[in-house]
Amino acid sequence: MSVLLDGRFRFDNYVVGASNRLAVAAGRAVAESPGASYNPLFIYSASGLGKTHLIGAIGFAAKQLQPELVVEYVPLDDFVDRLHIAISSGHVEAFKQLYQRVDLLLIDDVQFLTGRRETQSEMLRIFNALQGSGRQIVMASDRPPAEIDDVDERLVTRLAGGLIVDIGLPEYETRVAILRNKCVERELSFADGVLEELARMPCGSIRELQGALNRLAAHEALGERLAAANVRSIVAAGRVTPTQSRIIPNASDEFAGFVSDIAVAVAQHVESWRVRLGERIAHWQAAGYRTTMLERALSLTEEADVEALDAAFATGVARLEQLEAQAVLLDPRLAGLDVFRDPQCVAEAEARVEQAIAAQDPPPGPWPAFTLETLIAGKSNQLALRAAEAAIEAPGARYNPLFVHGGPGVGKTHMVHAVGNALRRKAALSGPVACVSGSQFVDELIVALQEGTVDKWRARYRTAGALIVDDVHALAGKERSQEELFHLFNALHSAGKQVVLASDRPPSEIGELEARLRSRFDGGLVVAIQPPDRALREALYSRMLLDRAPGAEQGVAALLAELPVSGAAEVESVIDRVMHSARAAGGAVTLSLVRRELNPGGAATPASVPAIADKSFLDLEKVVMDWPDLEGRVIEELR
Amino acid sequence: MSLVNYAAREITCKIVYYGPGRSGKTSNLHYIYDQVPGDRRGSMVSLATQTDRTLFFDFLPLDLGPISGFTTRFQLYTVPGQVYYATTRKLVLQGADGVVFVADSQRRQIDENVESMQDLHANLAEQGIDARNVPLVIQYNKQDLPRELILDVDTLDDALNFRGVPYHAGDALRGTGVFETLRSISELVLRRLSSTTAPSVAVGR
Repeated sequence: MSVLLDGRFRFDNYVVGASNRLAVAAGRAVAESPGASYNPLFIYSASGLGKTHLIGAIGFAAKQLQPELVVEYVPLDDFVDRLHIAISSGHVEAFKQLYQRVDLLLIDDVQFLTGRRETQSEMLRIFNALQGSGRQIVMASDRPPAEIDDVDERLVTRLAGGLIVDIGLPEYETRVAILRNKCVERELSFADGVLEELARMPCGSIRELQGALNRLAAHEALGERLAAANVRSIVAAGRVTPTQSRIIPNASDEFAGFVSDIAVAVAQHVESWRVRLGERIAHWQAAGYRTTMLERALSLTEEADVEALDAAFATGVARLEQLEAQAVLLDPRLAGLDVFRDPQCVAEAEARVEQAIAAQDPPPGPWPAFTLETLIAGKSNQLALRAAEAAIEAPGARYNPLFVHGGPGVGKTHMVHAVGNALRRKAALSGPVACVSGSQFVDELIVALQEGTVDKWRARYRTAGALIVDDVHALAGKERSQEELFHLFNALHSAGKQVVLASDRPPSEIGELEARLRSRFDGGLVVAIQPPDRALREALYSRMLLDRAPGAEQGVAALLAELPVSGAAEVESVIDRVMHSARAAGGAVTLSLVRRELNPGGAATPASVPAIADKSFLDLEKVVMDWPDLEGRVIEELR
Repeated sequence: MSLVNYAAREITCKIVYYGPGRSGKTSNLHYIYDQVPGDRRGSMVSLATQTDRTLFFDFLPLDLGPISGFTTRFQLYTVPGQVYYATTRKLVLQGADGVVFVADSQRRQIDENVESMQDLHANLAEQGIDARNVPLVIQYNKQDLPRELILDVDTLDDALNFRGVPYHAGDALRGTGVFETLRSISELVLRRLSSTTAPSVAVGR
């Protein structure tokens, strides 16, 4: 057993007054049930006011009450020495285990933790282990935890997490009682009034008082009987340095008693979790962050999980630091913006960074040549066109996403780019119109992955006011691209931004497309563009002939339109062929030339364009290839 | 002003001494002022008329030093007791964390006591405060006067303490009951630290 716990320091020889009543009450509670009430108990006072006596008494009383209890008293310097020895001999684990088996750990002179980082981290681990298993820690220091310089913030929080009590200067009565106790202990006796006179003298600590008593005792031992009147001169003569009296002249006992009672009331009513939370708030405020998030928790009536709140706040701060660094690289003027100072604003800070990125490198836009004005409308694309017009009129509100599908050359690309151009002209749009083909999306992502600039690449699209992805089927089987599109889609869709997609087939037929994307695509409007009908074909041929063969004979366009084609590309190739033949023949584009071109075998009319009186049968779209079955016909009739 | 600021580690309590004119509110503050060590008290601000009646209010800031790591400050105010200073009373009452009602035990002052107590309740109600939620302690002052001049504590309590709040007999000039009263109200106020839902007398706090 440590010397301190040998029974010299006990509660019954510790004089209790207003100045130490709270500390003693807390100490007794701890000794009676270690780990149950105030853990850790932190006692502080100026030097010589009885801290060491009190923690010795706590240890002794606890041991008396529960002899099997492992009680360890260690001044901090000894702790540091032992730690150094353990490190140099490679027995750090044994050192830790030694302390972790202790039921009541009493640490004195905790103020010497200042600047000892390794000791602090070791102590933090031991504290965590002890507190985690309900063991008691009692500490004594000459100042409160917050005033111990250069100590790890986490350790300060631990130190302050239980109860902090201070011991003030003893008042007159307590001083008299202490002096009388000392006399009994040392079998000294003085004339009446001597001790009282000594107690009336200003003194800075009990040690000083004890020193003065020793001086009187020495005079008595010389056979000199002291009178109360001599006390001051003897004691004053013994004082080598002027005492830094902490006693307040004429300090009122009544006021001291009041303060002591207030201390008890505060200790009873201040909840330790609020104290811990307050410390964290102060810490983050000092670091320049807005702590509204944490302050809200202070007003809760139920105990909040301070550690979890603080961890969440720290995560937010770390993210903000990252974002601010990124933003400053893009635009130094963004440094110190308010959004980077409030972990509640992480989303806003992210948006800010994305805006900065987008401003530097905007996403690809729609091709200006494709506009709605140059799009020829017809029966085959009218549904898609109306949907597109609705999307332009109210972006994100009606058909979101708008999924347009159809075979090659039916005008999907034209249509989606035209939607993009129309949206771009809308003032209400919150960002640029991103218009990208599926394959371009994949290629860009690969380059970004290579260069390690995925965040930046992603941010370009996140700021878009609308997103258009042409040939989205190019993402089939590209898992990472699909994942990126999925997140991008969610971000834009949830922000009410219009998404338009185009593919050569409906979502359900795109193989190797993740179900989460497919269901999202299906969730808007999926609309098909059919191969151009006869009227549309005629309009297409007329426009092309007007451009390339203005002198073409009347009726050529109508004749060419008789031939079904899959899309605009095929129309163009037919015109190419006709133009080529016309140039070879050295003449203009005539009906006969066209007939010959369409029917190279020499027959009067092309096989696919039979000479039938009723031309309506020439249009494949009007030929019913599969008659509906009986059930289908009944439904049709009912309609 | 807030009672406890966990971030700044400060506890600030505003306690208002209320009561009829000449009941001894300022005497309470003077006694406390005299007992407080010099480094713990701020200068007492007292705006009084030539006849020594409180014209506006007295203000005594007390620094209790660090308590459980909190810098603890008490601000003690008195209101002018005279009926015609109603506006000042309302102003001083704003933001109070607790109220000490100093009653004059003199037999002839009973009506003034009752009237002042009603005035306190009216002022609290005017500020939208439920008087039942405000910490209140009553001090029956001047109990040192000859028996024939005063009412005893029980009689006064029957007349004034219909809410059954803590009360103390006092002799503010000599200090009897002064610190007991202050201790009593302080404990009631500090109890609110652990029940943050209780409203204060503050407007917009």
